[in-house]
Parts: sequence; C-alpha cells; structure tokens
Amino acid sequence: MTADSVAAVAPAAATPAIDIRAVRRIFRVRDAGRVWDADRAVVAVDDVSLTVPAGGVLGVVGESGCGKSTLARMILGLLAPTAGEIRVAGRHLATLDRRARAALIQPVFQDPYASLNPRRRVGDIVALPLVAHGQITRRDIAARVAEMLTRVGLAPELARRLPGELSGGQRQRVAIARALVLKPSIVVCDEPTSALDVSVQAQILNLLAELRRELNLTYLFISHNLAVVEHVASEVAVMYLGRIVERADTETLFRAPRHPYTKALLASVLTPEPGLGVPDVGLGDTLPDPTAIPAGCRFHPRCPVALEKCRSIAPPVVDGVECHLA
Amino acid sequence: MTEALLEVDRLRVEFGDEVAAVRGASLTVARGEVHCLVGESGCGKSVLALAVMNLLARRGRRAAERLRFAGRDLLALPDRAMARLRGDRLAMIFQEPTTSLNPAYTVGSQMIEVLRRHRGAPRAVARDRAVELLGRVGITAPGMRLGQFPHQLSGGLRQRVMIAMALMCEPDLLIADEPTTALDVTVQAQILRLLAGLQRDLGLGILLITHDLGLVARVAHRVSVMYAGEIVESAPTAALFAAPRHPYTRGLLACVPVPGKVRRDQPLGAIPGVVPRLMPGFQGCAFRARCGHAAPECASAVPRRPAGATHDYLCRLPADWVRLEPAA
Repeated sequence: MTADSVAAVAPAAATPAIDIRAVRRIFRVRDAGRVWDADRAVVAVDDVSLTVPAGGVLGVVGESGCGKSTLARMILGLLAPTAGEIRVAGRHLATLDRRARAALIQPVFQDPYASLNPRRRVGDIVALPLVAHGQITRRDIAARVAEMLTRVGLAPELARRLPGELSGGQRQRVAIARALVLKPSIVVCDEPTSALDVSVQAQILNLLAELRRELNLTYLFISHNLAVVEHVASEVAVMYLGRIVERADTETLFRAPRHPYTKALLASVLTPEPGLGVPDVGLGDTLPDPTAIPAGCRFHPRCPVALEKCRSIAPPVVDGVECHLA
Repeated sequence: MTEALLEVDRLRVEFGDEVAAVRGASLTVARGEVHCLVGESGCGKSVLALAVMNLLARRGRRAAERLRFAGRDLLALPDRAMARLRGDRLAMIFQEPTTSLNPAYTVGSQMIEVLRRHRGAPRAVARDRAVELLGRVGITAPGMRLGQFPHQLSGGLRQRVMIAMALMCEPDLLIADEPTTALDVTVQAQILRLLAGLQRDLGLGILLITHDLGLVARVAHRVSVMYAGEIVESAPTAALFAAPRHPYTRGLLACVPVPGKVRRDQPLGAIPGVVPRLMPGFQGCAFRARCGHAAPECASAVPRRPAGATHDYLCRLPADWVRLEPAA
C-alpha cells in the first residue's frame, strides 16, 4: 500500500518476485494418549531461504511431510512464519493486509473438488475476489468474469453452473480463473494436477504455461511428480524434512543431481519405457518422521552413502547442495 | 501364454437404464502374469474389477459370455461360495488403504481373521503367518505392528499391510486397483518392487488397474487400454509402447511428460474433452467425439482388428495407418 516498505529494496527490475530469508515454522503437537507429556515441536520448515525471479517457475519437490505445503501457505500469508521474513514483489508480507496480499499472490490448490464451494455458481466463485476487493461495479465484474472464463478455456455460459456439474479439469480451470481474476503477479500452485487424469493434467499444464507467458506470471509450483516439475519449472528446490537439500536450475538438477536424496527421487520416476523394470531406490524402509528429526544430516538414516560424520555433523550448504559428499 | 487364470469375455455392467459402465469388455489374465488395465477416470476399469469380485453396488447388473476364474464359472457361483473365494483364492487391494482397513481393530486382528475365517486356522498359526507376511512385505518389527491400529501407520505401511493381508491365504489372483496412486514416488517404487517379487516367487497373477502409463511400462506383461467401458486396445507391453494403434492409446501416451522428450514449455499432447457416460444401446466408436481421425463410418459398429498375434485394437483404421501417418 505505502511505499515505505519498498524503500530499502533494490530497483524493480532486480526485485525477486518471492524472497524468503531464514524462514522457520514450528508446530506444537500433542502426543496422542500422552497427556502428561509436554507438547512436541514439529519443525515443518527449518531455516529456509530462497528467491524466485519475476517470471520464473520454481518447482518444489519432496515427499509428504517434507514441509512443501507449509512453505506454500506461509508464502500465501495463510500461516505466519515462526521466524524469518518473506517478501513478495519486494514488500514484506507481514506488513501487507489481506487485500494487498490477495492482489499480489494467489493460490491454486490440488483438489478442485474440495477447493470450490459446491453451493456457489461458477460465476460467483470467480467473482468473489473482485467483490471482496470492492471498488468495481457489478457490470464490470460480470465482464471480467466472462473474460477470465474465456481465458482459461471455458465457455462464459458456464458461469451459471454449479461446480458439481463440471468435470475435474473444468473445475481446475475455474480455480485458475479465480486465482487470476485480481491480476496477481505470483501464483502458488500446490499439486495443481495431482488429482487429475493424465489427459486432463496435460491440458492444465499447457494452460498454466500459456497463462504464464501471456500474463508474465511467477509460479511457485509444488508437486511430487518430478516429470511434471521438469516440464514446467525453470528452477527446482528439493525439500527433505523441512530443509531445502538441493537447489539448481531444472536442467542441471535433472541431468546431474548431486544430493543422494535428489538422486533417489529421480530414480523413482517411472518413465514409460518398457523393459526397464521398477528401480531400486535404495532408501530402505525408514520413513522420515518430522517429529523426530535425526541428528547430523537429517537424511542419513535413509542415505545409501552416509559416512560416520553424517550421523553427528550437520552438512554445510555448498553451491545449493546440503551434503557432506556433494 | 500359459494357463488362463481369469477369463472375462464380453462383460457388460449396467446401472439402471442410464449408465452402461462396462460394454462388452474381454480380457484374460494368465497364471503368473501382470496384466495392467489402463484408462482415465470413469472409463469403467474399477467397475470391471468389482464385477469380477461380485462386489457391485446394488443397482449394478453384470452379464457376460464367460466369466471364469481358475476354471470355475463365477456367473453361476452362489453368493456364499463367492464369499469363500474372495480373500482366499481371489484377493483385492484398493487405492486408499486408509478407508479399506477397519479403524476400530488392530492390524493383527484384521489379518488373523482372514486365515481363521477361510481356513479355520488356530489363532497362533494365523498370527505366525501374519508376522511372516508383514516381514515379507518389508515391514520391520512385524510383531509390534500387529498390535497397532491403522491410524498409527503411515500410508506406505498401511498399503503394505493391505498387501500382506491379501496374501494371507496365498491367492492365485490379486486384483490391485490403483495400489500406489496415493503414495509418494519413493514408496511407490518400493511397493511395486514388492509386488513384482511376489508375482515371481509365488507365481501370482495380478490384474493391476492404473492410469499411470509409466507404471504400466515398468511392471506389466500385458496391457489392456479401456475407454468408455470397452477394451480399445490390448497388447504385450513392449508392442503397445512401441507401436500403439488406437488413436486413444496414442493420445494417452502423448499426454505423459517424459524427461528429455518434450521440451520445457512446449505443449504436451492432450486429448480434449472427457470420457463420456454412455447409455445402454450406444452405437459406434465411443471415442469418436474426441478423436482426430473420426470419420462418418465411426458412428456404426467398428471392427476389432489384429495388429499381430496377441495385439488387437478396436478402430476403423487399418493396422498400418501409423506408418502412413507422419511421425508426431
């Protein structure tokens, strides 16, 4: 809103769309059935710093529980970080009110069956951000909604329908239209195609790529599907138990992964090549537990190449890779 | 191929007068074979599996020329005999292990019940078998897991428990409906290796239902592609991926982002539209509304054409049309 929060920041061209410094988020959870014990702390995101340049697509990958959705929710301003700071388009997220935030950054969630109000008509769903923002006439709203629906490849007549009358792909298009109706510059896509069929997934990925080019959007693209991330992202961050363990541009990461966890993730992608069989990922059976983060390198219990020092000493980050061996 | 374990011949499933979910689908699973059934949501693949298991919702009606399992006619089998078969010779695992395990009972009691019910085994014997199988599916400290409730396990562990439970009576055929869709890729690879190992070691036949073509390529011996209740193409895995004939199969393959094949920001192939819901009595090719090769004759019955000894597809186009077509 005011310019004072922007004052300390470099000129607009160099300002990253998303700038995160030393962000940490801790949740307190109570152990089931253990009332006498103190709460346990789950460090969902642990000292994460990253930047996404304007117009870039940062893919964030990792297994369930690695903190990728918590990171997304903090960037959206839906969750306050326990420590650290987040800037969006050069402005401190904490200083922005809801409207200012909504005009800058918008989400597209995984499940379009859950993210659209089943009792609202499509037109009202897409119009809601405009209505909440005020300062716009009803006729302008209707025109803007029709324009947005066309833009995402839906017939404007669908505005009168209920979400229940639409297919999964159409619903996700509605969610995208709603996200873009306020003309934000950043969109956080949290598993936007995971609930969809491959044929529909391809349509939605093509649409997102087209919209990014035309509207010069920046995406934070969260997915567990590495093939999808490779297709859409310009840079990739690999998360493991709350930390970014490797960060590289997409081509480098996929061609020459350096962290053993990244290698395992890439090895587990089942490309449609018959005869190769199912790869042995080599991660063992120990699954990561965010409530009991191991000492030293937090990946060491599953790491196929762990050394003695990995058990006790946390690895340094060198060239975007957090590993003793990289 | 060797002996047919499951034979499904022209299976039809209808729900009332409005929906024909399976429209004359045929497939055969041989002993020791992994047969994948692929298709988009709503194509009828899960309904086919439920029809084989005789677990259709009450309004569902099934009919077939032939529906045989290990030489027994499933169509003529009384409900009680079918109930004895299910979970014994013929086991099924579902996509979402959270909802298919009973939250009110321990893992152990649910596993032990299977063997006690089907074989009348003493509790101690059943328990030993459960421990053995949990170990076999890669669960450490199986004795401890038996005493736990489903909510105390992770998704990957729950799916392993489901698999172990399905194996309690050493079934001949395992029907797995999207067994790894809800899991992380790393866990998916572990579960698939496990299934492939069991299939090899125990000579298990597996009918694996999935929409993931990457998975199909890596585990299947044979693939059947389903569309709107019909098998539109069926072939050995290598042949299907090397030379798919049906336009739908080709469309599906083009949708999959393959690292190194499709350049970033280049659009992926996509099939416009969705699987139609068809009424009983629908005529012609069900894919014609979404097909780039549709012609007027597609509105009448389309032939099933051979493209090799064990490869066939349901389309008006001749087997060599792919070569006549410029490479995509």
